[in-house]
Amino acid sequence: MDTVSREYRWIGKDLKRPEDPALITGKVNYTNDVSLPGMLHAAVLRSPHAHARIRSIDATAARELPGVYAVLTGEDALEFIDPVPCFAAEAVEERAIAVGKVRYAGEAVAVAAADSRYIAEDALDLVEIEWEPLEPVVDAEAAMDPDAPLVHENLDSNVVYDQTFAFGDVEGDFARSDRVIRRRLRWPRATAAPMETSGAVCRYDEASGRMDVWSNTNFLNFVAWTIAGTLKMPPHKVNFHPMHTGGSFGSKHVLGKQIAIAGALSKATGRSVKFMEDRADNLTANDSQGPERLYDAELAVTDEGEFLSVRLDAVDDYGAYFMFAITGNTNLMAQITGPYTIGSCETGIKAVLTNKNQQTVFRGAGSDVGNWVLERLVDAAADELGMDGVELRRRNFIQPDEFPYKIPTGNVYDSGDYPAVLDLALEHADLDHWRREQERLRAEGRYIGIGLATAQQRSTFSSTEFWFHNPAPATGLTTSPESVRLAIGPTGGINVTTFSPFWGNSPETVISQVVAEELGVDPSEVSVDYDSTAHGLPSAGPGGSRMTVMLSGAVRGAATKVKKKMFDIAAHLLEASPDDLELRDGRVWVKGVPMEDRSLSIADIGMKAYWHKLDLPENMESGLEGSFTYDHPYTSMPSDDRKDLGAFYPIMGHACHVSIVEVDVETGRVTFLKYLAVHDVGTVVNPRSLQGQIRGGIAQGIGITLYEEVRYGPDGGNMTASFDEYLLPGAPDVPNIEIHHHETPSPFTEYGVKGGGEGGRMVSPPAITRAVEDALAPFGVTIGEMPITPDKVTSWIREAREPVE
Amino acid sequence: MIQEDFLTVRVTVNGVAHRIGVEPRRLLSDALREDLGLTGTNLGCEQGVCGSCTVLVDGKSVRSCLMFAVQADGAEVTTVEGLARDGELHPLQAAFWEKQALQCGFCTPGFLITAVELLRRNPDPSEAEIRDAIAGNTCRCTGYEHIVDAVKMAAEGGVGERIGTETASDTDIESEVIAGEGS
Repeated sequence: MDTVSREYRWIGKDLKRPEDPALITGKVNYTNDVSLPGMLHAAVLRSPHAHARIRSIDATAARELPGVYAVLTGEDALEFIDPVPCFAAEAVEERAIAVGKVRYAGEAVAVAAADSRYIAEDALDLVEIEWEPLEPVVDAEAAMDPDAPLVHENLDSNVVYDQTFAFGDVEGDFARSDRVIRRRLRWPRATAAPMETSGAVCRYDEASGRMDVWSNTNFLNFVAWTIAGTLKMPPHKVNFHPMHTGGSFGSKHVLGKQIAIAGALSKATGRSVKFMEDRADNLTANDSQGPERLYDAELAVTDEGEFLSVRLDAVDDYGAYFMFAITGNTNLMAQITGPYTIGSCETGIKAVLTNKNQQTVFRGAGSDVGNWVLERLVDAAADELGMDGVELRRRNFIQPDEFPYKIPTGNVYDSGDYPAVLDLALEHADLDHWRREQERLRAEGRYIGIGLATAQQRSTFSSTEFWFHNPAPATGLTTSPESVRLAIGPTGGINVTTFSPFWGNSPETVISQVVAEELGVDPSEVSVDYDSTAHGLPSAGPGGSRMTVMLSGAVRGAATKVKKKMFDIAAHLLEASPDDLELRDGRVWVKGVPMEDRSLSIADIGMKAYWHKLDLPENMESGLEGSFTYDHPYTSMPSDDRKDLGAFYPIMGHACHVSIVEVDVETGRVTFLKYLAVHDVGTVVNPRSLQGQIRGGIAQGIGITLYEEVRYGPDGGNMTASFDEYLLPGAPDVPNIEIHHHETPSPFTEYGVKGGGEGGRMVSPPAITRAVEDALAPFGVTIGEMPITPDKVTSWIREAREPVE
Repeated sequence: MIQEDFLTVRVTVNGVAHRIGVEPRRLLSDALREDLGLTGTNLGCEQGVCGSCTVLVDGKSVRSCLMFAVQADGAEVTTVEGLARDGELHPLQAAFWEKQALQCGFCTPGFLITAVELLRRNPDPSEAEIRDAIAGNTCRCTGYEHIVDAVKMAAEGGVGERIGTETASDTDIESEVIAGEGS
């Protein structure tokens, strides 16, 4: 049986989203919808070369074209902008417009602002560049060669980071194991590709020295101030406005480049300037590519199927720059040992720079990769030990009474019940039926396969993760708070202000439900808005599956403050003690006195608070509002020697996915027959929006497993610069997903909520990969790479031995 | 750009007649968004692949990023802004809200317009027919299931009764209503 919260009135209720009416009528303002008087439009000239020196640029003809206000080369832009924000200690400098040399095909070399985007693009056609092509480095392993051309000449090597982290007695555990399962596993380079590209409108006002920025950059009140640095402006002179964002999936955390381009052109022309990526810009240069990672992976096991230790050795292609350092590798250390009682682990990380657009974060942020690698090893162990994969997983599960559970890296899992999730999945999967079907269909020459994965979905990131790979980060270890302001007006209207923008998640839904829960009102009575950096309170914004947890905490904190003031006012007016009051159905009552004239509505109290100072308790300020900053509910410092990374992703969700596929062995096409997902993300706040996140995440998991890959040619050219080449799953490719919830409330968060925004994408790739592998078992195919394209399937079958009859 | 390079386009959008001057190369999508201020139509790729910018032109769905504004001369265009009428959501919009067939909402106008065309052609589509009809629209957020559910719900709720009326104008605004294919 699915368990669903019953103890709350509004938390857990399946409500329609308040966000949606504006979205479905086309009324919201995305960044590209911003239009200002006299606004110019920008376009970017991009490098056709992956690696080349710019000998000279002549933009004379471009500047003379009617309608053109400015053309800036990288050199010209030095007057207006500094390098874009980089959160790495290593000296990898990136500029919004390349200076002297380009490091990937698609890097910006000149920008133009004109009366229209059409004219700006015309102008860039007239820019003459003399290139000196250099040998491109497009393979991470080749880039590690000491004689390989350097992507950044100021570094001695393209290997920008090389470190091995070991936790626990790895050597000892491997020595006492009966067997080591070894696999070489390749995770493909994918990209977030939200439907809305990234961009910015900048308005520089020379008289006041201020700039307004309307951009779909997401970490507004967290790190937008660092972008002010790029704009060569003091942060308090730049106001970043929150924009509705058409999806991010990690790609819009920090849009330094896009804002710098619009900002430089605004400064140069004195006009408002819009730069919006087109899709080719986005696919070649958005800085949102995911890991391209080759693992040598080992799992030490006993003959009885006990997992002892895991050792992962990664070569990761970071592309030409290093904006978030190795967060794609540190992230998975939060759950490197999965749901299993593995006593030690080691992870070697070689981050390599190449002539590609850089890797940053994409939904899952590396934990997607970690789950796939670990579950591939578990399936391999089942095969080599001749054991059932389900029972092998079950026997290694951390048990419900072992929480909070500290894994070898030092991260703590707050809570969980993995056997219950597995049981719920098995109850609905009907694996016996599918095994019989498999046998029956094989006799007809049809191949179906079953894949099951049990994996973690860490949530509620703590930004200590950004820094602990560095022995002495200049910033120290930063934190990641979230704030709201809750105001009740004189007529009782409730307004909540959040300092993170809407990016496709459901902040208004969560806020309304929590306010309703706390103040006893209907969620529809709550109005939510978003505020800019000029008025911002501390906020880290969406990312790392944190918003539902953090907003729940922040709203509850603010509501508690406001409720206290309401009770103080009501107690004064009703001549009662605040302790004797209760809030119910939008009124404050004296407990046990169900008389309306001995109670006050929220509106009554609001009116008193705003207009009737003389009726308020002595020394009380007018007004009825409260701000609250909720800090991460459970995080701790890493040890100085980094043998213990501290708790940095402790609010731990879990899921079991079961995927049944049919593989057409003639065409290589994979079709889904069934997809089942059981998720435990603690207390569910809004089932409908959570299920949307899960289904959408699984669609992205299907994407990376079967279709998606950013491909570069041998010359470093990007071969996937349109949606015709970069294949996203469409409606016929994604099956209906049967979802069940198990709820293990977190003991550390408000209401026991955990984050669930990434789980679908984090757990589906191993389940689907195993299903395809299981279908192809008669051919002896083992799968160590993705995407599993029809070409690969048919060639694996060709290479494999004849089917076993 | 000199004045004689502009061409005059007469186009009725959501029941309102317009006369606009455009360069011959101006895309219909840019004319709708920038010249007429109808920013509900979103640009996802401008490569004709993602379907976000889908609008109805004389009742047929087109990708407005693949059509020049001058090609719409004399046509009747429906955008997402033309679906809700008199403050009431179109049944497809109501169903999209009910089923939460969206997250970020960016691709949603294109899906709504494509679904309007589908239900006009086939008021009682099967799930496979719905999935086939929306195969040219990409959504990165939802995994499509809630969209399929919403289209089904709208069909079952009788959206067919309003087939062909989405762009008919009964207001006092001057309009040139051109009969669509399905009306």
